[in-house]
Amino acid sequence: MNGFWDFEFTGRVMPDLLSGLLVTIQATVLGYVIALALGLLIAVVRRAPFLGAIVHFLMEFIRTTPLVIQLVFVFALAPSTVSVFTIGVVVLGVHYAAYTAEVYRSGIEGVAKGQWEASKALSLPVSRTWGAIVLPQAIRKVIPALGNYLIAMFKDTPLLFAIGVVELLAMAQQVGSASFRYVEAFTMVGFLFLLVSIPSAIAIRRLEKRYAAV
Amino acid sequence: MPPSDTPENTTAPGVEGGSAEDKLIVFDQVVKRFGDLTVLDHLDFSVAPGERVTLIGPSGSGKTTILRLLMTLEKITEGHIWIDGEPFSHMPRGSGLVPASESYLRQKRKRIGMVFQQFNLFPNMTVRKNIMEAPVHVLGLSRDEASERAQELLDLVGLGDKIDAHPTQLSGGQQQRVAIARALAMRPEILLLDEVTSALDPELVAGVLDVLREVAETTDITMLCVTHEMGFARDVSHRVLMFDKGQIAEEGHPDQIFGDPREERTKSFLKSVLENGH
Repeated sequence: MNGFWDFEFTGRVMPDLLSGLLVTIQATVLGYVIALALGLLIAVVRRAPFLGAIVHFLMEFIRTTPLVIQLVFVFALAPSTVSVFTIGVVVLGVHYAAYTAEVYRSGIEGVAKGQWEASKALSLPVSRTWGAIVLPQAIRKVIPALGNYLIAMFKDTPLLFAIGVVELLAMAQQVGSASFRYVEAFTMVGFLFLLVSIPSAIAIRRLEKRYAAV
Repeated sequence: MPPSDTPENTTAPGVEGGSAEDKLIVFDQVVKRFGDLTVLDHLDFSVAPGERVTLIGPSGSGKTTILRLLMTLEKITEGHIWIDGEPFSHMPRGSGLVPASESYLRQKRKRIGMVFQQFNLFPNMTVRKNIMEAPVHVLGLSRDEASERAQELLDLVGLGDKIDAHPTQLSGGQQQRVAIARALAMRPEILLLDEVTSALDPELVAGVLDVLREVAETTDITMLCVTHEMGFARDVSHRVLMFDKGQIAEEGHPDQIFGDPREERTKSFLKSVLENGH
């Protein structure tokens, strides 16, 4: 019972830890959807003359301040009716949008100038030029880089702990403090993170191979 | 179509725009600068409807810039361009002309098509989609009509069986023939050809030029062609303009320019082109 590792305890807290993991995964997936969509919007808007400069400044601001401070800051400002989970997901998504926007931007800049010129020579409307010509080519090139941010984001979700989201780390803290068996609780946190991120990394490597060729 | 002299009727009056009823394209004192570099220097010239004009001259002489100005890929620094008696580089506002807005240009450029040196096919689309894209989304054709048009044009350029191929599966010459079909699908009045064979392996050049000869013979599209293929220029064009330092050094019927060039600059240019094996 008092040994270094208590298997019985580990098994008993597993359901709680898994429910924490579920919250972690939910926050990652929802935040990632925001990061992908908002990042794309930012990358496109950044090319506009005036609005682009404002967006660029905001992006730099987000990228140069720590995520945990952004979380605490928004948490303090948000009305109490907004759940901490929502705050966590939105801040995580917006924070990472500042990074995915850069990834999209590099993809957009990688599209040959001739593609824009051919679109113009065919009198294609701006919406078609972006939607059918430029973005499909740009996004294809940056899929692996976007995938890496999914894993980075997943590893950043424990920061939501700071505003009281009961994700995996918070859950481990709770079960650990109730029994003083922190070793098992936190070891399992690490193990569960690995369990998710290793297959994800392998999947992303596959994507990389598939899209690198073209 | 006899080559006509440019002098008196190209100084288009700013307001009326009725500079020349028989001219489709008029360059009026056009200046184009890139920073300190003057690429076109107070250039005057005009092109009649249905006329096929070849622009020759050393690199950097401004030939390609003329095509790019007409395709609205560049903006002019000074002067005016008129198309069909209407301002093109500018638009009417009040009693005068102001530089054309993007929406004005969008309307105007529809009647102009361009084929590029590097083909610029859309690699994320099949050949069929490449050709259908503009007819469907600009001209408003139905997908069936556009697809039919794509098939007809691919037959014309001898690639009827490649309609569902991707551009990357085609040779350079085939890609360029698709690019010609894509430009023609918009039924342009003016077709701009910018060194369309320069990026091709020598054995692929003839196929592309044959297609263009066919287009020249069977349509009345006005063509402006920048090329180093002097044989093609001689066969196809009504008039040749020799450019040097952003101005026209000499112009005339192809037989005269290639057979009996008068200007020293034309002679030395033609000599250097021939020596390079073109």
